[in-house]
Amino acid sequence: MDWNFIIFSLVKIAVVVGVVQGLVAYSVLAERKISAWIQDRVGPNRTAPPFVKFIPVLGPFLTRLGIFQPLADGLKFMFKEDFTPAGVKKIYFFLAPAVSVIPAMLTVAVIPFGSMIGNQKMVIADLNVGILYTFGIVSMGVYGIVLAGYASNSKYPMFGGIRSSAQMISYEISMGMSVIPVLLIVGNLNLSQIIGWQATNGWLVVYSPISFIIFMVASFAETNRTPFDLPEAETELVGGYHTEYGSMKFALFFLAEYSNMVSSSAMMVTLFFGGWTLPFWGLDHAPTSLGMGLAHIGVFMAKMIFFMVVFIWVRWMFPRFRYDQLMDLGWRRFLPLALVNILITAVWLWIRS
Amino acid sequence: MAVVVNRKPLTFWERLYLPAIIGGLKVTLKHAYNTLILRKVVTMEYPEQKWTLPTGYRGAPYLVKDQEGSTKCVSCQLCEFVCPPKAIRITPPGNSGQKADRTNAEKMPAEFEINMLRCIYCGFCQEVCPEEAIFLQKDYSLVALSRSEMIYNKEKLLSLGGEVGGIQKWKHKLEEAKAQENFPVKL
Repeated sequence: MDWNFIIFSLVKIAVVVGVVQGLVAYSVLAERKISAWIQDRVGPNRTAPPFVKFIPVLGPFLTRLGIFQPLADGLKFMFKEDFTPAGVKKIYFFLAPAVSVIPAMLTVAVIPFGSMIGNQKMVIADLNVGILYTFGIVSMGVYGIVLAGYASNSKYPMFGGIRSSAQMISYEISMGMSVIPVLLIVGNLNLSQIIGWQATNGWLVVYSPISFIIFMVASFAETNRTPFDLPEAETELVGGYHTEYGSMKFALFFLAEYSNMVSSSAMMVTLFFGGWTLPFWGLDHAPTSLGMGLAHIGVFMAKMIFFMVVFIWVRWMFPRFRYDQLMDLGWRRFLPLALVNILITAVWLWIRS
Repeated sequence: MAVVVNRKPLTFWERLYLPAIIGGLKVTLKHAYNTLILRKVVTMEYPEQKWTLPTGYRGAPYLVKDQEGSTKCVSCQLCEFVCPPKAIRITPPGNSGQKADRTNAEKMPAEFEINMLRCIYCGFCQEVCPEEAIFLQKDYSLVALSRSEMIYNKEKLLSLGGEVGGIQKWKHKLEEAKAQENFPVKL
């Protein structure tokens, strides 16, 4: 038994889970703020604990930025009545939020969020099948939604569940296909190794931009974000699969959605944008000091937050796809495109070798 | 007759969906720039900023006093009668009640209550009042912790209403009456 390994792993897990939760909370705030800016509004700017107003300049500034809003939101979710409608299938109804949160949180485990600090690799599990693991876990996310739709014993959630099952399975395929060129180029499934390859050879988005586009669009669909938010289409399905949920159970679905966003942003950064590396300032090789290790984490976070903002930005930009258009895009556009992309990459690699 | 609208088929570039995406990005960025950098926000942050009310705005009805600070209402109960939601309740002074606090006016209400929860701000009371004693004023945010607090009594209405002068009918009547004492009448 290697105690060192266990202790460090536990610490890393705790920190990563904490950071992801924080990111989720603040991406909800970012969502509200960015939507407000796009719609010529102000957004949350009132909430603050009572002592904040005594801080001279910073206090009012942070309050106007809505920094304390997530705390209030969280507290509200905690104290709401946990209402269970009559006629729901109790066990599944309680199981569904958990089933959708767990995969969302698990995905983060294999993502290298930094290089090294001391002699610890900044990744919870440096799996040799990192990408396969991620795809396996991500596709489990659909169960939570389908289960919620089924357990609610109500029409709208049912529709939401059905839609999401079709949508997520369709886009899973394009997503998986889109990554294959990356794997062909790098020749490795280990995410750390992929980042290492990108550090020496340049970012993979340059090598295979089509893969990136397909991966990005598919991850929008996977995370149920607009323009593919059919499972929870407010205008059509009331609230979609979480119509019947309230209080903390609803918050868990929310958490799952945003953790999915975090993990797909992280995946995009890792696969296509060089992970924790930057091609300049000497940030592209293994760290020699503690500061550099921290800088690598900072770089990774910055890139990830950029993609989170893109996620949010896109949400307030596009109308929702119609269901048949969604299916059409998934099966008749992206799947052939991804297949052709694989072929071209393979041929190119074959000619080069 | 059916009109056939010929739609141009989308070009390949348009079908790529990219022009729409770029257009969307442009529009949203422009709006974000306007709000963030140019501060063209449409939101009015209410308790700090308030809108200017137009003239003729019908807010809460309050009783007013005349130039000399005396109650104008003569307890004729026309407003009570005309009030569509029956928000006004007037208690007349009765035979032995308090006299009006201005000379020559016959009486003033012993109690004058407006239930602001019932009031619909129609302005009939103001329209019907022969004494110009009640006016719909520019007050729109009435709050209280209970229903009973929302029933405004005479004292409160008068203090909120302030002073609206106008012709002093009863003062002139008094002067007329005094003038009639010494014949021939000189006005």
